[in-house]
Amino acid sequence: MITILHEQRETRLPDAIADGDELWLDHVAIEQATGWSWKPEGLCHGDVCIPLPRAQAGQVTRGGRLNIAAMWRHSGQPVVHDTASSVWVLGSGATQRSAALATLQAPEFTLPDLDGHLHSLSSYRGRKVFLATWASW
Amino acid sequence: MKDHGFLVVAVALDQPETARPWIEAAAAAYPCLIDRVHHLADLYNMVNVPQAVWIDEEGRIVRPPETAGSMDAFRAMDRKTFTLPDEVMAERNRVKTQYFDAVRDWVLHGSRSVHAMNATRAAEKLKLPDPSIAEAHARFHLGRYLLREGREAEAQFQMAEASRLHPDSWAMWRQAAAKDTRGLASGPEFWRRVDALGSRYYYPPAEIDDAT
Repeated sequence: MITILHEQRETRLPDAIADGDELWLDHVAIEQATGWSWKPEGLCHGDVCIPLPRAQAGQVTRGGRLNIAAMWRHSGQPVVHDTASSVWVLGSGATQRSAALATLQAPEFTLPDLDGHLHSLSSYRGRKVFLATWASW
Repeated sequence: MKDHGFLVVAVALDQPETARPWIEAAAAAYPCLIDRVHHLADLYNMVNVPQAVWIDEEGRIVRPPETAGSMDAFRAMDRKTFTLPDEVMAERNRVKTQYFDAVRDWVLHGSRSVHAMNATRAAEKLKLPDPSIAEAHARFHLGRYLLREGREAEAQFQMAEASRLHPDSWAMWRQAAAKDTRGLASGPEFWRRVDALGSRYYYPPAEIDDAT
């Protein structure tokens, strides 16, 4: 069983194949774990498509699967995993985070309260929001 | 404040079991959310608590993340008695009052408040992450997950790597550090790190303009 963490998604994939720094997923698993779609033109989300690197075609696709870890690194985003290669984080890159912040649109998130009810920033649109962090530590 | 279309959203960069007593004691009317893996810090490039972001009615950032009313007064603390000199207490109260007066001014006057930044100023003030910070957040996320899975040693390794990659993040370091009986990461290692700041801030000042 492979667990993939991406943004606030936590996806368990019984059929994923991990080998060291390689993580091979089929179309369905990619969509499930990341929200991105593997299309003929590349890895796509909305209007954005990242073309697969041609020079390394053999290292990126194989038998109906894409090495999502290699693609992720290719797009300048961090990929980290545990020693057993069973838990992976497909992180967000500094370029992507910076571009989002630079629009000055407050990045969307959904977080639970103590009772497990989910709250999304976008549901407070129309009000001024004083978004404050704190901690017990 | 509610009548002015204003809402506090308090996010604990913390675990539910340690945040719970504080939230229950506060019995706040506003949302108190739990962020186990510090996702908000990743999204907004935050490094400590308390930090706050002001977001207007259209979802635009009008003050990027900054220290929310705190200052480095604690560095003048007597480390045995946990007391502060009177003049430092007074300065601490002044900074807190000034910051929350600015929040009130924004609540009342919205975009006409001198404290609500226009896009140019807000963009200038934004601090953007670099690739080390991005990797640090990925490792911290992995570390928090492994800890929940009971894989303590591997978890601590990932969180230590995160702190090494992003030394400015007190949130990452303190969350992972050993806690005292008060639940605080305030042992000798904490003070060693604070002392190592030298002339740099632990809580960089929010730079509130004089409204008068």
